[in-house]
Amino acid sequence: MAAKTLTINGKQISAEEGATILQAAEEAGVKIPTLCHLDGVYDVGACRLCLVEVTGVPKLLPACTTKVSEGMEIKTDSEQLQKYRRLTLELLFAERNHVCAVCVANGHCELQTLAYSQGMDHVRYDYCFPKWGVDNTHRLFGMDHNRCILCTRCVRVCWHIEGAGTKNVAGRGSKAKIITDLNMPWGESGSCTNCGKCVQSCPTGALFYKGSTVAEMERDRSRLEFIVTAREKKLWVASD
Amino acid sequence: MSFLDLDEFLIELAQKVEIVFSPVVDVKEYPRDVDVCLIEGAICNEDHVEMVHKIRKYTKTVVSFGDCAVTGNVTAIRNQLGLGNRENVLQRAYVEAAQLNPCVPEDKGIVPPLLERVMPVHEMVYVDYYLPGCPPPAARIKSFVTQLLEGKELHLAGAEIKFG
Repeated sequence: MAAKTLTINGKQISAEEGATILQAAEEAGVKIPTLCHLDGVYDVGACRLCLVEVTGVPKLLPACTTKVSEGMEIKTDSEQLQKYRRLTLELLFAERNHVCAVCVANGHCELQTLAYSQGMDHVRYDYCFPKWGVDNTHRLFGMDHNRCILCTRCVRVCWHIEGAGTKNVAGRGSKAKIITDLNMPWGESGSCTNCGKCVQSCPTGALFYKGSTVAEMERDRSRLEFIVTAREKKLWVASD
Repeated sequence: MSFLDLDEFLIELAQKVEIVFSPVVDVKEYPRDVDVCLIEGAICNEDHVEMVHKIRKYTKTVVSFGDCAVTGNVTAIRNQLGLGNRENVLQRAYVEAAQLNPCVPEDKGIVPPLLERVMPVHEMVYVDYYLPGCPPPAARIKSFVTQLLEGKELHLAGAEIKFG
């Protein structure tokens, strides 16, 4: 495949044609913060944390869904981008009820980690305090909508790795919600195979194993990677 | 309580600061010309509103200390019940959970009237610095207080500003 040459933060790099800016940056050792991106499933550009500046393009572009092109000049860490990243995180925190102190994922949460790594020491917007419920009807797993950021990782792993199609998004805007089947209690779902890939994929404490309490919800992403490698490369090997 | 985990640093600190107001200092009125005030907890009732404005007026540097002050944290969960949550909260605490004399205290000066919603400190007054954590670990407090005493521009980064 043809190679494209471009610059990231002034550094000359080459990337395969068809690669995304995120992939090219990763290969060049440049870290771009992500939240909805998950290795092994397609990208949707939902969280806006990986936005980058491209010279000549007036708007910011998500690195995970933008393909590289010849001569592209990309900036990943300008003052403007840092400002917007922090703003995006603050809005995520303000939108639902993220109470880190009593969350199952405390200390293992991608949202929490990103917040402090991007310098968020408080939220400047008024918290919305919406009323969301918890679906504890499944035998093994629970879903707390208060902690959901609608990254749709669970939906994507359910449809494209497991192939069950149990998880979906219903509603629009701030009323959007992850549902199971035709918006029924998870425990009554006829299509759920109880595989737990959604729980493994969740970046926050929204999906959890029942019985886990504060800070106990750790995930093992290598299990997802194992399945993706097996499917894509026909190799049944663990990465480490 | 996390403050007590500072152990022997407390002795060192005591030589550098004068504590003029705190739950453990027997002063009822918030004094004037205070250099630094560490505010714990969110704003949830009318007494807090009065107090926080007084603190801002008489203090050079106001610090939101801990997750409750910074975010509202667990104490703000009642906001999810929507408007009218005040009545629900009082009903639950003084009537449903009471073993003796279930009734909401109504005499003036007993329970300060609750606000419609619990607020982080910075929603009400300007806050100079934020120290998140539930509670902020002793090491984080020490790093913060040391920088403050040195009069430097404060800089907490990375895991030092982790919530929870």
